[in-house]
Amino acid sequence: MILPQAAAAAGQATRIGEPNTVAMAFFFGFITITLGITYWAARRTRTTEEFYAAGRTISAGQNGFALAGDYMSAASFLGIAGLVSTTGFDGLIYSTGWLVGWPVVLFLIAEPLRNLGKYTFADVVASRLQQAPVRIAAAIGTLATVTFYLIAQMVGAGGLIRLMFGLTYETAIMIVGAAMMAYVLFGGMIATTWVQIVKAFLLLGGAVLLALLVLSKFGFNPVRLFAAAAAQYGDGVLAPGRLVAKPLDAISLGMALMFGTAGLPHILMRFYTVPDARAARTSVFYATGLIGFFYLMTFVLGFGAMVLVGPDAIRAVDAGGNMAAPLLAETLGGTPFLGFIAAVAFATILAVVAGLTLSGAAALSHDLWVNVARGGHATPQEQLRVARVATIVLAVVAVMLGMTFKGQNVAYMVGLAFAIAASANFPALVLSIFWRRCTTAGVVASMVLGTAATLTLIYLSPTIQVDILKHESAPFPLRNPALITMPLSFFVAIVGSLLTTNAVEQTGYARVEREMHMGH
Amino acid sequence: MTGTDTAFHALARRRWRIAITLTLAMVAIYFGFILLVAYNKPLLGRLVSPGLSLGVLLGALVIVATWILTWIYVRWANTRYDPALDELRTGSRQ
Repeated sequence: MILPQAAAAAGQATRIGEPNTVAMAFFFGFITITLGITYWAARRTRTTEEFYAAGRTISAGQNGFALAGDYMSAASFLGIAGLVSTTGFDGLIYSTGWLVGWPVVLFLIAEPLRNLGKYTFADVVASRLQQAPVRIAAAIGTLATVTFYLIAQMVGAGGLIRLMFGLTYETAIMIVGAAMMAYVLFGGMIATTWVQIVKAFLLLGGAVLLALLVLSKFGFNPVRLFAAAAAQYGDGVLAPGRLVAKPLDAISLGMALMFGTAGLPHILMRFYTVPDARAARTSVFYATGLIGFFYLMTFVLGFGAMVLVGPDAIRAVDAGGNMAAPLLAETLGGTPFLGFIAAVAFATILAVVAGLTLSGAAALSHDLWVNVARGGHATPQEQLRVARVATIVLAVVAVMLGMTFKGQNVAYMVGLAFAIAASANFPALVLSIFWRRCTTAGVVASMVLGTAATLTLIYLSPTIQVDILKHESAPFPLRNPALITMPLSFFVAIVGSLLTTNAVEQTGYARVEREMHMGH
Repeated sequence: MTGTDTAFHALARRRWRIAITLTLAMVAIYFGFILLVAYNKPLLGRLVSPGLSLGVLLGALVIVATWILTWIYVRWANTRYDPALDELRTGSRQ
């Protein structure tokens, strides 16, 4: 076993941040393969149904991998491994939190969504309500979620690539923006789906390989690994520590993660790519299995990095601990393996960004342009053209956001995106599916207020006031507002609906109820 | 209301009851874990065996619980819900 001092020495000798030929080779290999897929997909993308929903030809197994690919972001791979390696048990709280939203997606959302909608979750909410106000409100929720998620991914990408490949931040952002735009613009959902599948294989494969290499040093027994961590750094690393100093913070973040997953536009959109509700159901089952397996491996990767690399060496490279997994790869497999894992991390960001862009483009073109501005009457050619224009707009916006937020602390923005998804999108979606009496006024008020309240409270929270603006204290105590904003959003939707009873919309529920089970 | 309508509403209610029960089970399991993390740190730090604390074990079990709950739902839907829907579809065509 490597001693801590030796590990620290190894950490200083790391080649992270130097141009790495293996990383470059793997990364350009990934780009070449995915652009090849895009070329193949482009010839199969002629209609809006193909552009937004891959012609509904994706199988349950393929969608399971694609959902996992869309969901497992760099935050989960690098972030959680880093947290576990530097704090021990506390990091594991995230491993579980990121998974528990998936059963909720399965039980409440996946099948009704597939049966009731076409391309976006607004299709479902607007199904028996007034099109224009509902779609505008849903687009606000969608674009807010997508924007904050994109900022976190783009800034993360720029920083990571600078650390791992030695490229400048701006170059990295431009590469991510250009590749993502190529996938979505030409290959639509078909290319995006296959990029997710390739990425999910690479990420899971890389993580399994890394975990096996770690476990081989501990007789393939994870408990011996944990014992080694406890022997070096004390039993405290296996117990809850100071990360959850405030219980309400943990509960609020937990709510955002659990219910936000069921309100993420890019995840919801994936259910339209499969042929029927049964395939949608099966695909969530596979996705839950894959994502859960991945998070179990973060236990091994995190503690492996703690023991074999050492928390000090990890923090020396990146104060946030994000380089734990790449450093572990370097320790175990030298520069070539570091290169492979670095390329996998880059591919991960690229794929997530592509999925986000496609769902944002669908909100702009399908919801706002086709169904609001054009009242649902646009030719197929026009719909496809607008979808592609929206893709270009979003890609440019993503690059600009990446440049604007350079060097800023944006880690909280993923949590913010989940909080908006849980507070603006999820309540409206659930109530429109399961509650006969919900009305246009109710859900619109809930989506708009849910977004506005989340943004206001995050601005007043310690996350912005103390961490970023460096004030002494913050007017609102919680770091993630979901504990307040999600119940508020449900409350507004219910009271608003009861105050604006609408007989026509209630009658329409009979059709919604039938279609969500039986399909069209 | 016809017989198919009654059967359909009964099935819809059943699907809702199962969905909400399983959702609440997931909520209870996850927030139970979080509340233990928040309010009973010494308990979770207790070692079950050398190297394995109760906290790490329960964390892994939360992940296993999500698998079991999704499996229960998918099994019910595949063996009960889908056949019942098929029956309603043939019934309404007659």
